[in-house]
Amino acid sequence: MTKRTSQIGADGETLVASYLQEQGAVIIATNWRIKEGEIDLVARLDGRLLFVEVKSRTSAKFGHPLEAIGPEKAHRLQRLALAWIAVHDQWGADYRIDCAAVHFRDGLQPEIEYRAGVL
Amino acid sequence: MTLARVKSIALIGLRGEIVDIEVDISDGLPGYSLLGLPDAALLESRERVRSALQNSGATWPNKRVTVSLSPAWLHKSGSGFDLPIAIALLMAQGTITSRNLEQHIFLGELALDGSIRPIRGVLPALLAAVDRGITTAVVPLANAAEAMGLAGVKSIAVSHLNQVISFIEEGVIPEVNLEEIKRVSESPLDLSEVVGQKRARLALEISAIGGHHLLLIGPPGTGKTMLAERIPTIMPPLTREEAVEVAAIHSIAGALGERNLESRTPPFVSPHHTTTATAMVGGGAHFIKPGACSMAHGGVLFIDEAPECKPGVLDSLRQPLESGSVVISRATGSTTFPADFLLVIAANPCPCGRFNGKGRACTCTSLQIRRYLQRLSGPLLDRIDIRTFVEVPKRTELASTEGGESSSDVRSRVIAARGAAAERFTRDLWSTNSQIPASQLRSRFRATKEGMAFLHTELDHERLSARGYHKVMRLAWTIADRNGVTTPGLDEVESAYHLRQGVEIS
Repeated sequence: MTKRTSQIGADGETLVASYLQEQGAVIIATNWRIKEGEIDLVARLDGRLLFVEVKSRTSAKFGHPLEAIGPEKAHRLQRLALAWIAVHDQWGADYRIDCAAVHFRDGLQPEIEYRAGVL
Repeated sequence: MTLARVKSIALIGLRGEIVDIEVDISDGLPGYSLLGLPDAALLESRERVRSALQNSGATWPNKRVTVSLSPAWLHKSGSGFDLPIAIALLMAQGTITSRNLEQHIFLGELALDGSIRPIRGVLPALLAAVDRGITTAVVPLANAAEAMGLAGVKSIAVSHLNQVISFIEEGVIPEVNLEEIKRVSESPLDLSEVVGQKRARLALEISAIGGHHLLLIGPPGTGKTMLAERIPTIMPPLTREEAVEVAAIHSIAGALGERNLESRTPPFVSPHHTTTATAMVGGGAHFIKPGACSMAHGGVLFIDEAPECKPGVLDSLRQPLESGSVVISRATGSTTFPADFLLVIAANPCPCGRFNGKGRACTCTSLQIRRYLQRLSGPLLDRIDIRTFVEVPKRTELASTEGGESSSDVRSRVIAARGAAAERFTRDLWSTNSQIPASQLRSRFRATKEGMAFLHTELDHERLSARGYHKVMRLAWTIADRNGVTTPGLDEVESAYHLRQGVEIS
């Protein structure tokens, strides 16, 4: 991953985090990483845990950013969420897996597309 | 609006069932699920619909798309649902705002550029639509020949997705050159091209009048195929209803070819002798296709080199010969196709083909000759009324520049004779002489005293079986109809006897 693409990813995650905070959510963790993979954002909103996968793109040339989340990736997100719950001993917590797409377009404000409860 | 519904038709054999196509676009990861027992071709609709939408200026929703085809229990197959799925998607997205599609059905496969490709079975689908009160059908332009001129439903022939959108939104109906579509190509064959063959010509004519199945035996190159191919040209033209039925069967098989609703010449189907029983009677795992005998419905099924057929293939025809229809049962359900045809079988007299009763040039042993025609099973031969030899044309016949009698002359005699028979059977369940039941032949339909006496003598000398006796009687009635005689006399019975006994088999 080049510097530029990782920077775009990080920018996207920051944007989504502040979007969630605007909605009244508390960010608990960012880029929580274990061997199996990484959760971009963990937040709490109205007593419910949110696990958020953020996808950022600078062009639509390679399809919609959320299309990059195939069945395998979706399955991994689910396992990661359960792993986080296990590690933090939050069994029984109400949780939700969300996805967010961030479109960076030249000369335009970045645009967030937030899809709640996708899995 | 994220939910939309349009209608299409699924076919089970010739029967059509209305299918509701519902599309729901909901938030979630981009994805596409297709519900309602789709087959492989239908599952691939996703990629076709997506590209077609994008390439005709519409957008593909990057959301979770659920497509449901109901009734859910019905197995659906083929690419004909591409167009209705695309239209429902456009409605769910709000690109199409018209909601007044309750009386419409959509049929068509999409190409990746958004153009609309032909599908199989448009005609039977439309016939079903008429029954269900559908008023408008959007069909592929390439299928317009089947759709135009069908009463009860207005067909809109389209060649591109954008035409469908502008039809729905603005009522723009694409123009279609009807003259081009409705043109009927007449069969170029004519009986006048056949040289000589007096006996075989008579057999053909009798066969066409009475619906008598026919066995032609003759050495290679004598014109068996040539004769058989010309039988449809001397049969009475199909009625409107028959023509629609025949076109519907050919439409399902995707073999309409030159035929359309206006084609009145009976079909001629000639499967190769290596054909399988499935190809003969119809079949298939998901999508049940009509076989050769249904394709020949209303016309002629010609089997050349019949003794070379695999065992069982010819005998698979016994049920359709008896009932005039074929029932095909599969795990997905059973389907009935009509199969009322005139069976014409051609065979060489022996494996080398040169046996003509005079013992010249033939290299086969007597055992080989005897076994060869025995490959045609007894029960099948029992259903064949006329057995005739096709002889090698003589030198004088070949040299003659005069053609034989033309098809139209023979056909007018056939139509007149059929009329006479139909008049006799107005109160009966059958309409041709070949269908008279045996008991009726012995009571209501006896020949004259002289005719009966001839038959009784043959019976006494054991030259005629009980079965043969009835067959000869039926043929005698057909010959009487042809000659304009009210009751078959000695002449008719004698000619019938010779047509029946023309070839000794087993």
